[in-house]
Amino acid sequence: MDVFLASIEILMRWDVILALLTGSVGGVLIGAIPGVGPAVAIAILLPATFSMDPIVGLTVLLGIYGSSMYGGAIPAILINTPGTAVNALTTYDGFPMTSRGEARRALSLAYSASFFGGVFSVLCLILFAPVLARIAPMFGSREIFLAALLGIILVVTAHRRQTLIAAALACFGIFINSIGMEAVKYTKRYTFDQAFLSSGINLIVVVLGLFALSQAFYLLQGEDEKNRITKLKGGLFQGLRELGRHPRVATVSASFGVLMGMIPGVGEFTAQFLSYTYAQKTSKRPEDFGHGSSEGLIAAETSNNAVPAAAMVPLLALGIPGEALTAMMLSVFYVHNVVPGPQLFQNDMPFVVALYLSLLLLNVLVLLFLLFATNHLIKVVKLPNRFLGVCILTLSFVGVYSLRNSVTDCIIAAVFGLIGFVLKRLSLPSVPIILGMVLGGIMEVKLRAGMARVKSPLDFIDRPIAFILFVMILGVLALHFRRVWLDRKELREEKWAIKHASTRFEAHLSRRRNFLLTERGKQVRARRSMLSRPSTDKN
Amino acid sequence: MSTPEQRKFVGRISGQSIFALAFLGFSAFLLSQIGQETKWVKKTAFFAQPRFWPAIGLGGMVLFGGLHLWRLPRRRPQRSDMNEARIWAQPLEYALWFIAYVLLVPRLGYLPVTMAFVPLMLWRMGYRRAPILWAGVGFGVVVVVLFKAVLQVKIPGAAVYEYLPGGLRSFFILNF
Repeated sequence: MDVFLASIEILMRWDVILALLTGSVGGVLIGAIPGVGPAVAIAILLPATFSMDPIVGLTVLLGIYGSSMYGGAIPAILINTPGTAVNALTTYDGFPMTSRGEARRALSLAYSASFFGGVFSVLCLILFAPVLARIAPMFGSREIFLAALLGIILVVTAHRRQTLIAAALACFGIFINSIGMEAVKYTKRYTFDQAFLSSGINLIVVVLGLFALSQAFYLLQGEDEKNRITKLKGGLFQGLRELGRHPRVATVSASFGVLMGMIPGVGEFTAQFLSYTYAQKTSKRPEDFGHGSSEGLIAAETSNNAVPAAAMVPLLALGIPGEALTAMMLSVFYVHNVVPGPQLFQNDMPFVVALYLSLLLLNVLVLLFLLFATNHLIKVVKLPNRFLGVCILTLSFVGVYSLRNSVTDCIIAAVFGLIGFVLKRLSLPSVPIILGMVLGGIMEVKLRAGMARVKSPLDFIDRPIAFILFVMILGVLALHFRRVWLDRKELREEKWAIKHASTRFEAHLSRRRNFLLTERGKQVRARRSMLSRPSTDKN
Repeated sequence: MSTPEQRKFVGRISGQSIFALAFLGFSAFLLSQIGQETKWVKKTAFFAQPRFWPAIGLGGMVLFGGLHLWRLPRRRPQRSDMNEARIWAQPLEYALWFIAYVLLVPRLGYLPVTMAFVPLMLWRMGYRRAPILWAGVGFGVVVVVLFKAVLQVKIPGAAVYEYLPGGLRSFFILNF
């Protein structure tokens, strides 16, 4: 109870309340504009939050993270374009509802489902916090190293059919992180005797380049799209009632969101996929899915909104971010000398609970805002792409330049912007680069500390949690290789299916016999028998 | 007609081979420099060597980059790949606009440069209607006021502000 009261005290400050309002409203707006997304907004705002209190800065960023998915549902439902990447599944059932004149119902249902997902996950995690506080101190250097390694493996293997390039890009991130003066032996690494590389390449510069500038370049290079927006009439409260008719789908989807959110590198997409599949398989009308099913919409929106709170677990408990947005938030902690990890749970539990409570409040604020302001908000969906591109380019300057007032940083960010643009064009992931940088740094420090106390390699996994993590790594790799093998088998079967000639063994023998019986076949056989050594058999 | 490998491939195929070749070449070059660019320190454990993590990163880049190239549906660059590479060069212009903006702010001031940069960039992007250009000017003013005056982010005052009279000079340096 004392912890709860102390966390309420942290939140009852005008700057925190202002941050909550700004984050929630700003996040909805950013989410509602297709082509911006929370990653761009967080990357731009990151340096501005460095001068704020950690709780204020994190509340703004968490607000954007948590509420952008609410906003992202608006264009997904109204114009079949997801506002953020994770709203893609919302278009499956949301847009067909709009097409048959039920836009208001779809939006109302999406808001209600998102609200349920958000609140459910925060409540789960508040209840789960004491358990986490007990488990977190069991994580020493070796465990954190193994957890980071598991995180990086999960991030790479999550990119199905792109695993090799995702692994290569994660290694690129590890390499970028190693550039500059090495902190223990004070030797230079890959500086090529250039002064600007001695201090290394800043994570935020790379983040801004890969997320904000690349997005600006992408929008500027493309064409403006013309969208027709359906006018909404009437209130948006009916969704809450309709959600009440599907408690099982909502609860299971929110649980998937919480579970998948806690696992680094997995996140919204897997949670949505599992929830949607579950909802479809258990529905009385599975044929409606993809054609405007309310259960499908609930599954998609509940699960994605349950993820942000859960994604904070590995970050707060172990200091390990599971995806790009939490990786960016980690830098806010570092700037303020607040080290997330086991000590945070032991020494500053009110701070952790305050963060969760702020997420809870945020969900309430966003729902209220959306119920009353959606009609005005849908206008931002119509902003032209290239206009947005110019805006992002202008805002990116604040993000990069305010960091160290360095022109070199801006040039490096522009280079990463160009790299990000190429990755976007080729549909290759840029998140592994960021996680490679963050987790690579953590792994370097923790492996050095962990190996100092072990005599043989097996000692590294002689503690229970380290052993469990090691087994999990082996399990993830085994599952991945099994999936690769199945994919290859499927591909081989597909190739066989379109082959003109039959691939059956009998058919092959039959063709061979037919060839040998032809005149040409006989000649070839005779010529080859001349070349072969005479038989030494007696008979 | 596309092959099953091409159909299963995630994303655009054009340009993949050029990117994979460039990535592999870049990684191999960096790996070849590991002897000069990192040090092997005596009496230091293998895992604590300053060379260890760059070697892991670059080794992984070469290994996985090479495997990615090998597993591509087609490895030999074609005309469509070259066309895609030409598209990659297009944002270079926007990057130069951005660098010019960065270079001008410390000289001419954040507010004036932003107020000029946004409408100019909008003009370059093909917007000619006055309301959009004025919206750009308004956006520029809002950004500067929000970040510099309200949030007090660290953007230095311009050299040109030194020529302003006393009180106005410090006001502009602090807020715009």
